[in-house]
Amino acid sequence: MSWILANLGLIGSQLGAHLLQALPPILTSFVLAIPLARLAARASWLRGVVGVGSGLLYAIPSLPLFIVLPILLGTGIRSIANVIIALTLYGLALMVPGAISAFASVGRDALASATAQGYAPAARFWQVELPLAGPALLATLRVVAVSTVSLVTVGGVLGVPSLGMLFVDGFQRGILAEILTGVVLTAALALVLDALLVAAGRVLMPWTRAGAGGVGAGGVEAATAAEASA
Amino acid sequence: MSQLILALQWATDPAHWSGPTGIGVRLLEHLWYTLLGVGIAALIAVPIGLLVGHTRRGRGLAVAAAGAARALPTLGLVTLFGLLLGIGLLAPLIAFVVLAIPSLLAGAYSACEAVDPRTVDAARAQGMTELQILTRVELPLGMPLLITGLRSATLQVIATAMLAAYVGNGGLGRFIFLGLKTQDYPQMLGGSLLVIALAIAVEALLLGIQRLTAPRGLA
Repeated sequence: MSWILANLGLIGSQLGAHLLQALPPILTSFVLAIPLARLAARASWLRGVVGVGSGLLYAIPSLPLFIVLPILLGTGIRSIANVIIALTLYGLALMVPGAISAFASVGRDALASATAQGYAPAARFWQVELPLAGPALLATLRVVAVSTVSLVTVGGVLGVPSLGMLFVDGFQRGILAEILTGVVLTAALALVLDALLVAAGRVLMPWTRAGAGGVGAGGVEAATAAEASA
Repeated sequence: MSQLILALQWATDPAHWSGPTGIGVRLLEHLWYTLLGVGIAALIAVPIGLLVGHTRRGRGLAVAAAGAARALPTLGLVTLFGLLLGIGLLAPLIAFVVLAIPSLLAGAYSACEAVDPRTVDAARAQGMTELQILTRVELPLGMPLLITGLRSATLQVIATAMLAAYVGNGGLGRFIFLGLKTQDYPQMLGGSLLVIALAIAVEALLLGIQRLTAPRGLA
């Protein structure tokens, strides 16, 4: 406890750096996955590329990817951009297959009736298709959010500031409280983001409020589905 | 790009493959850690997962446990156990097992759940015991899902096994941390390429096994 009180500044700055690396990949992979999934629904060659690409990417461990990417990008190994791009790739590897199956799960009858009611293609997408795919998209996004927050810590061994630095520093200096603080804060950050996503889902998709699963329930199912489809 | 060529030269140099600290030994260590971690986790998680999937009891608990475990940072677990238990294989091994359990658990219970309940009822009506239903109906039909769980657990442990080197063990992670400490980028990059190649090879192997175990007539 005394270690925590004496190092609040350090913990705060590492937490800030952690968020700075975790939030952009989560947001970017979600925003990019939707048009990619829509394109893949029409082009079967893209579905093949997405299937193989996401399976392959998901097989690559994060630490080697953090080391190999600077060669391809020309960034420094301790650069935050390097971590953000690697985590965006992982996010896409989960999010794109998830979004493809989310859009595939929307009933053709619902879309046909929307067209019959006079919805233009763009309006049909925004007002019918996207909301109906919403719950499945959210389930995958929750998995992406939780795994991204956890993966950011790996950069710690390379010296990239994040809560992972608390593990590295705590291990090297033998401070148990420092490692524990890092583990608890990382897990708490993941759970808070997950809870925020669930709350946002309830506000944006009020019809899903009844019968919503507990924390993590939808996430695990989506993860299993994502892995099965990968 | 010249860095990449140097890394490939490093990784393909026969002199780096032999000896007690060579790539060959580190590769075997890495595979051994993975086998041990996934094996122990499977002994714990698969029976529990099958029981949950077959009886459909305790599912909420299993799902919540698997979800919570996903939020745990791997590096945090490895360093935490490393500091508590000291240098040695036990500390990273516990971390591997903890990290492999959620995927295996999810794979095992979804393997049972994916089987059509009418098929299970038909087996029961034919007089099969519950154990027979599990081993002769649910397990063969759900095998691809069980292996999906095994695949993601194995990938997770191959990735985490690199961190074992960080707390004083062997494995391919040695080259990465040695290279990091001595500013030897080709060695670091070479070690990384080796781990990536290993992960993709193991993934391809397990995918092949998954295809072979898919029940005929369904796939």
